[in-house]
Order: sequence, then C-alpha cells, then structure tokens
Amino acid sequence: MMENTNLYHSLSLILPEIVISVALIVLVLADLIFHKDKKYIPYIALVSILVAGYYTLIQYGTSGSAFLTSGKNTISLGMFAADSFSIFFKMIVLVSTLFIVFFSFSSEEIIKIKDRIGEYYALIFGMVLGMFFMISATDLILIYLSMELMSLSSYVLSGFTKLRERNSEAALKYLLYGAVSSGLMLFGISLVYGLTGSTNLYAINALIQSPEINLFTLAFACILIFAGIGYKISSAPFHFWTPDVYEGAPITITAFLSVASKAAGFALLIRFIKTTFVSYIDPLGMWHLLNVFDWRSMLVAISILTMTLGNFSALWQNNMKRMLAYSSIAHAGYLLLGLVVLSNQGILAILIYFSVYLVMNLGAFLVVMLIANKTGSEDIDDYDGLGHTSPFLGISLAIFLVSLTGLPPTAGFIGKLYLFVALVDAQMIVVAVIALLNSVVSLYYYVRVLKHMFLTKSVDETPVVSVSIPNIILVSSLVFVILLFGVYFTPLVDAAQSCLVILGL
Amino acid sequence: MLTVGLNHFLVISAVLFSLGIYGIVTRKNAVMVLMGIELVLNSANINFVAFSHYGNFGLNGQAIALFVIVLAAAEAAIALAIVLNVYKTFAEVNVDEIDHLKE
Repeated sequence: MMENTNLYHSLSLILPEIVISVALIVLVLADLIFHKDKKYIPYIALVSILVAGYYTLIQYGTSGSAFLTSGKNTISLGMFAADSFSIFFKMIVLVSTLFIVFFSFSSEEIIKIKDRIGEYYALIFGMVLGMFFMISATDLILIYLSMELMSLSSYVLSGFTKLRERNSEAALKYLLYGAVSSGLMLFGISLVYGLTGSTNLYAINALIQSPEINLFTLAFACILIFAGIGYKISSAPFHFWTPDVYEGAPITITAFLSVASKAAGFALLIRFIKTTFVSYIDPLGMWHLLNVFDWRSMLVAISILTMTLGNFSALWQNNMKRMLAYSSIAHAGYLLLGLVVLSNQGILAILIYFSVYLVMNLGAFLVVMLIANKTGSEDIDDYDGLGHTSPFLGISLAIFLVSLTGLPPTAGFIGKLYLFVALVDAQMIVVAVIALLNSVVSLYYYVRVLKHMFLTKSVDETPVVSVSIPNIILVSSLVFVILLFGVYFTPLVDAAQSCLVILGL
Repeated sequence: MLTVGLNHFLVISAVLFSLGIYGIVTRKNAVMVLMGIELVLNSANINFVAFSHYGNFGLNGQAIALFVIVLAAAEAAIALAIVLNVYKTFAEVNVDEIDHLKE
C-alpha cells in the first residue's frame, strides 16, 4: 500500500517528462501513419511543447523527490528532484525548443528533408527528455543515462541533413568527443560508487564525510565526472568539439545545442556540486563546501581558461556560426563564474544570465539562418553591405551582438551586471577584472560583423534578403525582449529569485 | 593459495581503462577509436560489479553494469551508422583526414 502511494506521488512529480515521452511516441507513430503528408508533424511538436510547459508550470511551488530509495539505514531522498530550480531550467529548455520548432519552419536545410521531418522532431524530443532528466537527476546513474539519452539523439541530429560534407564530419566529431567524455565520466562514477557504495547524491553527501574516504581517489573521480559535464557545457579543456560541430550541424540544431543542452549541463553541474559537496548554507546564502575536494579553485581556473580561449579564438573566425561557437564557449566561461561564487547570489546571476543568453543567442542564430537561407553562406565577408540592403536584419543582428557583448541598454548588460556584482560581493575582484577584460576583447569580434554589414562596401552586388511576415514577427519579438529586459528587468529578477530552491539540505 | 580479491579486479579495470585511453589517443581509424571507448566503458563495468560484490553494496552495481551494457550497444549502433555515413561521404574513416571544417 505504502509502495503504491509512493509510486503515484513519484509519477505526479514527473508529469512533464511523461508528457514529453508520450509526445515522442506520438511523433514516431505519426511519422509512420502520415506517410505522404507530413506537414502536421511540426504542429504536434508545438502542441506537446505547450502541454509540457503547462505541466511544468503547475509544478511551481511543489518540491519533492521522486523514486525514493529505502536504503539499509535510512530512507534518503530519491533519484529525481522536482523543485523550483528545475522548473526554471525546464522552462528555458522548453522555450528554446519552441523557438527551434519555429526556426525549422523556415530553415532551408530542414525544408529540404521534409520526408524525414518526423524523425527530426522525434529526435529533438529525445533530446528534450534527456535534458529534463539531467536537470532533475540526483542519482549518478540517472545522470549518466539522461546524458546519454540526450547525447545519442544529438549525435544523430548534428549530422541529420546529410546535405553537405560538413554535416557528417560534425556528427563524427561530436560522437567521438562525446563518447570519450561520457566514458570518462562513467569511470569516475564507478570510482565514487566504490568509495561510498551508493549512487544517490544525498547519500554520497553524507558518506564522503567519513574520514576513511581516500581523498586522492575522490579528487580523481571528481575530475573524471567533470569531464563528462564540462563537455556538455563546452568548457575548456573539453571544448574542442564545439566550433566544428556548431559550424557543421544544421543551424537549427546548432542553436539548440548552444542554448538548451548548455542549460541542461549547467543545471546538472550546479545540482551535482550543491547536493554532493556542500556541507551547509549560511544565512547569507553562501555555500560551505565539504573539505574533500576544492571545487572553487578548479572552477576558477577552468572558467578563466574557458572564456579567454573562447574570446581569443573568436577573434579570427570568418564563419559566422564558428564565431558564435567560440562566443558560446566564452559565455560558458562567464556562466561558470556564477558557480565559482558558490552562493545563492551566484546561482541567481546564472539564472538571469541564462534567460538573457537564451534570447540573444537564439536571435543571433535566427538572423544568421535567414541570411544563409538567401545567400547560402555564413561567411562574414559575405555580410558586406547587408546592413544597407536589408536594414531590418542588420539592425536586429546588431542589437543581438551588442547584447552578447554585454553593453547597455540591452539585456546582456543586466546578465553581466548581476554576475559581476555576485563576484565582487564574494571578494573575487581579480576574477571580476579578468572577466571584464574578456568582455572588452569580445567587443572586437562582435563589432567586426557590424563593420562588415554597415561600413564595408561589397565588391559584388549585395543580395537583398527579404523576410517573411512570421519571421519578422519572430525576430522583432526577440529584439523586443532584449530591449525590454535591458531597461525593465525586475520581473526577470523576481522570477529567478523565486527559483533558487534546490532540493536538499 | 592465491585468492582473487577486489584489488585484482581493480587492477584489471585500470589496465583496461588505460588501454582504452591509449587506443583513443593513438588510433587514427574511427572504428578503432570506438573500440577504445568500449574498453573504457567495460573497465567501468568491471569496477561496478567488483565493488558491488566485494563491498557488500547489494545488487545495485550489477544492475548498473547491465544498464551500461545496453547503453554501450545503443551507442555502438549509432556510432557505426555515423561512421558509415562518413565513409559514404569521404570514402575514408581516418579521423585525421576528415578535417575540412578548420580553415
């Protein structure tokens, strides 16, 4: 009897995931049934996203742990945490999925594969399902399984269109790097299991405080596990796949990888460190780590390395997608700084930054896609004069890039502001200065695109990129959000503030 | 009389892990790299089963090993499909040669 109520309770907590799984099955079946005419399939995807969003939002305020494991000694918390932190990240994933579906309507690359569109959406939902479980997982095995579910779908998607050589190259590189890092992560998990005898993060938190734990092995295991997660958030030194995959994959998938899968990776990293390694949180919201592994030093080093590498490599890129890939590596570095602070304030900064990053990055990719639809090229040299022939796209892209740099009055400024304030409050002035200098470097390569669009005269005729009405609405809504959050950001901050609850402790 | 204990299994898994990493780093053929990855996964499997047996952690570790075996199979299927696709495009599976994306 007890068991049954437990199961019902657990199932009610994973309703959004159930909706996504059902949608996945429906999409596969619809692909089989509507053999000839597949134009309804994107609408099935849209409706499922909205339904999943509804079930995610009504979870707001509840916080509970699903699939409790009754161990030998005590009943600890289960392997799946539903809390407001997970709701925030799930909404980020869902909103970006929604935009990706809109993008796919007008992407030339995706229109050309319309007979395989069912598989395309089914795989996207596979990724979403993996991300949802990653965001909520509090068990090492669930973490590994969900990461693999997401990775396997994304390997296929990155080579999905098979239109150009670079597609299959992207898929191969993504696959090889991904499989290696998840293998390393699994080995790390097996070591943690050997040290503690448990895979549940809450149980591990209690067990690693015992003096019998071999700290050297634990540190080794932590580094291996970080290899798996660091690959997902494309932090150095696991970022090598990013530029190649972002350039080679279809642009809708590139945009999806750069926002949603990074969000899931960050949610996983934050939850993993918070539940496993934090001993207590003081009233000021500072996290006090267990004295077993120095996450802070490692993360400071990695985040500085990540943003410096990302920003400096972006300087001499000529392909727009490749440049945005390096810029997304740099942004992963900034986002890691929020975690380095190890306080609720830092997490607040990450949540704000991510919501802003979602809008500006998707916007930039959307404009690049619209231009590539027309010109068939993503080279920055081909952008010469586009600001004059297609002023709407030029100005929109300018706003997105200025926001990515982090200048006022755009939302990117607000994101960076909260990050830097969190850093300064934690007395990490040096790190804040390094991050600030990095932002200055990033200004160069973002503005270079603007220079090509508005100042350089094109040698040949510059094509006029006409934009359809739905796309004008899509682009201008993204621009509107960027400018709105730049001046009126209180609602965003309030929403993030109410989503800081991470289950445990 | 030598009894086989936890340490023997750990040594085997460490050796397998190192061999796997060595294979991943040195091999140029994509299929050989994938085999290196399989070695890494299996070394983790040996760890799981050995720890759960000798550490009296219950059957959890062995269940995990089953999960990993299934996942490794799924990964191999997708990996080989992608390698096949690469072979069709480039007539080549050497990872050093497939490097057109860098300018």
